[in-house]
Amino acid sequence: MATKTVIASSTKRMTFWEKLYLPEIAKGMGLTLKQMFQPKFTREYPEERYEPAASYRGRPVLVQEDYGERCVACGLCSRVCPAIAIEVQAAETEQEKERYPSLFEINMLRCIFCAFCEEACPEEAIVMSKDYELTFRRPEDAIFGKDRLLVPVAKLQDRLEYLRLYKG
Amino acid sequence: MELIDVIVLVVKILIVLHIFLIGAAYVVLLERKVSAWIQDRVGPNRVGWRGSLQSFADVLKLVLKEDIVPGHANKFFHFLAPVISIAIAISVWAVIPFCSPFTVFGVEIQPTIAPNLNIGILLLLALSSLGVYGITLAGWASNNKYSLLGGLRSSAQMISYELSMGLSLIGMMLVMGSVNITTIVAQQGGYWFGWLPKWNIFVQPVGFLIFLVAAFAETNRAPFDLAEAEPELVGGFHTEYTGLKFGLFFLAEYGNVILMSALMTTLFFGGYHLPWVEDLPFFKDHTGLLALAQFGALFVKALFWIFFFVWVRWSIPRFRYDQLMNLGWRVMFPLALLNTVITAIVLAAMK
Repeated sequence: MATKTVIASSTKRMTFWEKLYLPEIAKGMGLTLKQMFQPKFTREYPEERYEPAASYRGRPVLVQEDYGERCVACGLCSRVCPAIAIEVQAAETEQEKERYPSLFEINMLRCIFCAFCEEACPEEAIVMSKDYELTFRRPEDAIFGKDRLLVPVAKLQDRLEYLRLYKG
Repeated sequence: MELIDVIVLVVKILIVLHIFLIGAAYVVLLERKVSAWIQDRVGPNRVGWRGSLQSFADVLKLVLKEDIVPGHANKFFHFLAPVISIAIAISVWAVIPFCSPFTVFGVEIQPTIAPNLNIGILLLLALSSLGVYGITLAGWASNNKYSLLGGLRSSAQMISYELSMGLSLIGMMLVMGSVNITTIVAQQGGYWFGWLPKWNIFVQPVGFLIFLVAAFAETNRAPFDLAEAEPELVGGFHTEYTGLKFGLFFLAEYGNVILMSALMTTLFFGGYHLPWVEDLPFFKDHTGLLALAQFGALFVKALFWIFFFVWVRWSIPRFRYDQLMNLGWRVMFPLALLNTVITAIVLAAMK
């Protein structure tokens, strides 16, 4: 059976110079040559770190005031956490706030960075930080206790300001 | 053969071998750097100064990897294929002259492993056509359909382009009147009109163009890298190779790039000749320094073509198989024939 060549109406016939390939190849190579001297977009990570905006949801941290953590161990964060990553055990204290968490643990392998805990917290005691560098060698290392969760309030001003403006 | 000849020969072989191996390592780095620059990236810059030791880290990784031979593979040929590839990539270096003859400690040294070989270009073509065995055997012995397809594609491609490659050189041989590479390079030393270097590119531009395209096809490099077309064939002929065997294929590919660059320089760009500079009276009594300068000239010229190989790879998309065959048989082959005939007619008319 004889085959018939059909040329789609949308495809243009190539001109002689295009069929010759070489000028087109030279054009393409000129483009890549020009590209070689363009500025690079690479961020050299360990030396050059990314500084996220205040809206960034990094790992959740507890706000530490002069008198200790703001947390009153109400357990709302733990209740709202969809990944069941937070464990809180309450205890009593002489301070004005009367209650404090004797144990506060976040399993960073479970955490999904949804910031529900931050939203639920009545005391603005748990907020999302800008820390995105989370690596562990063992699963046990991923369970952060109060020692690693507490961050001085001075370091969280960006986020607290952001929450004042946009939360709720 | 006297003892001194043997020693000189062994030293020459060792030098060439090390230039080949270290050169291949740095061509890999060049390829990665240039590809990065073209894509607005920085490229490897962690190992050593600006990534200068990256290739050695890669080799170390390849050495430490497990060598896997797939079940039902033909073990002997699976082993033989990379060996053939690398052996051929290395052995062609025997005919390439690196500089003009010079004298050290009263011994005159011909800077070629096989100097004045009277079948030079024929040997070169014969050896480079053997390269297809490495790839085809690798594809067949892997017992993997993708590998086999890659191997078959590569064998068809290399056989088609070998023809144009051989024919593209015939015009040049007619002009030079010799197939001895040492003679060919020596004849490119003079000048036309007193200033234009007598390089073959000015006599045989079409021949060079065909040789260039055929060289890309022979080395299985983009835009003719159908043998290992990643999106279609996984990895093509080297899909089933790991560790050092894969490393050998890798080395052979980059070795071939260096080889083809050196050949293009030798055959069409005056080889080691450093035009205008090498006629300075200073070099008349310092043949050793002249040899060094000429080696540098060859190196720089070859480096440009190596860069060109890399540059093309990251600029031009891969040819489809039918386009490849069309180009090979319906464009390159007639063009090479025409070039040969016209060269012959012009030469006959000039006599």
